[in-house]
Amino acid sequence: MLTKEEILHIATLARIGVKEKDVEKYQHDLSEILDYFKKLDQVDVTGVEPIGHITGMQNTFRTDANVDFGDLGKQAIMQNVPEEKNGYVKVKSVL
Amino acid sequence: MQQYFEVIEKKDSEIGAYLTLTKKLALKQAELVDEKIAKGQAIGLLEGIPGAIKDMICVEGVRTTAGSKILDSYIAPFDATVIKKLKENGAVILGKANQDEFAMGSSTETSAYQLTRNPVDVSRVPGGSSGGSAAAVAADEAVWSLGTDTGGSIRQPASFCGVVGLKPTYGRVSRYGAIAMASSLDQIGPFAKTVEDVAIVLSAIAGQDLMDATSAKSSDKKFEDYLTGDIAGKVIGVPKEYVENLEGEILEIFEKSVEKFKSLGAKVESISLPNSQYALAVYYIIMTSEVSSNLAKFDGIKFGMRADDMLDSGVAENELPKNLLENYLDTRRIGLGDEVKRRIMLGTYALSAGYYDAYYLKAQKVRALIRKDFEQAYEKVDFVYCPTCPEVAFKFGEKTADPLKMYLSDIFTISVNLAGVPAISFPIGMVTKEGNPPAGGLPVGGQLIGKWFDEEGILNMAHTFEIN
Repeated sequence: MLTKEEILHIATLARIGVKEKDVEKYQHDLSEILDYFKKLDQVDVTGVEPIGHITGMQNTFRTDANVDFGDLGKQAIMQNVPEEKNGYVKVKSVL
Repeated sequence: MQQYFEVIEKKDSEIGAYLTLTKKLALKQAELVDEKIAKGQAIGLLEGIPGAIKDMICVEGVRTTAGSKILDSYIAPFDATVIKKLKENGAVILGKANQDEFAMGSSTETSAYQLTRNPVDVSRVPGGSSGGSAAAVAADEAVWSLGTDTGGSIRQPASFCGVVGLKPTYGRVSRYGAIAMASSLDQIGPFAKTVEDVAIVLSAIAGQDLMDATSAKSSDKKFEDYLTGDIAGKVIGVPKEYVENLEGEILEIFEKSVEKFKSLGAKVESISLPNSQYALAVYYIIMTSEVSSNLAKFDGIKFGMRADDMLDSGVAENELPKNLLENYLDTRRIGLGDEVKRRIMLGTYALSAGYYDAYYLKAQKVRALIRKDFEQAYEKVDFVYCPTCPEVAFKFGEKTADPLKMYLSDIFTISVNLAGVPAISFPIGMVTKEGNPPAGGLPVGGQLIGKWFDEEGILNMAHTFEIN
């Protein structure tokens, strides 16, 4: 079973606020699923290469060129921003 | 088109397939087709044909929520590649279809907005996560629709609602403009009432796209041209691991469908996919890990919902207004639903320091074994065939309390995403006795799984089954 401290640590990493009263539910739900993952302990994967891309594509590149889109789509993008200032996305204070 | 809006008007208060209707856009598109007809110009197969788009896929100028409150007011600033292509083909978009929040669910019950009811029996779920897309087609509220499929989210609802749904090969269709869930598994695919209609929509949306580096090179195939109705000599493999636990009416219907394939000239063999027993565990590790990364962008800064600055939630410790971290914590706590948060937490754990090798890396290795199972099967057979789901549509609330039980609904569909192969679900019969079905019965879907990039093969098999 994951401890209360582990749940709160994961929540902070995941940037999800978890209230005190919900910790226990997460402990239960996550532990149950993590237990199910133990099924994989019985598989021998010695010498098996992990999947990178499922159909085996490699090195998909485009030309490293700068494309100037000007103001194209700017208004449509900015109208979704919760807070802006002088045409810039405003970020909250860190401290 | 007007006719379809009338059907929606009449039925959708009960069915709940749509989250947003796009009447203005539909009218504009229909007018373009009318102009072409008036001028005597030839029109394509999809021109003027109305469909629904899962709310996971961006349509320019239209609200796109992914079924989540965190995107409640999000207006997509661009068209997904599939939408651009459908518009070029003259298809008409009626609206955006309901879904499980960020496509995480198997019943459309995790949508933050509304329930979608199964048109076959409104006391039951339509399946998920593309439940709105399947229900819209089943209720004649659209001719075709698009869904996304990460672990069965097109095929399972197609099976539950008695329609046809296809998950293309990974890379066949560009995902640019589809909100990402698990990037190594996600594909966009069509629903319709017939295999031919599914083929026509697939022809319109398939193809390589510079905007999605995972999309594969392909020729401009017209998949509908491959529906010959001739399957003589084709070899179907039935995985013994999938059918050994089947019972009752679903098993009877499945066996009958196997006999039908035989009578149409196909050969049937028993095969083994020995690593399929690990598929669900592999899937939930890879999917949640990728989810935790993909959903990090919903932060209340760049777009979407932001928690009220003055809300004293008890999570943020400092005095108000909130600083950056407190804002993240509260925005995501309030804006995301329980299932989404559970999966982000799981994935964050699986990727966190010290656990990466034990979970994600191990899962990607077992995934290689699952792919190998399919490679070995395809040395002997042309297609793999099994039911789409081990069950028919269930009642609302039946599985919401137990996440693991809900996950098991995907047991036959997830290996397909892990291996990247294409698969189609099509109706093969009705359960009429067991589990208190309605008068007409509850649909059962058959799932044909093809070789990589052999969509035409599975389409022709399903088509031949359908017309006979």
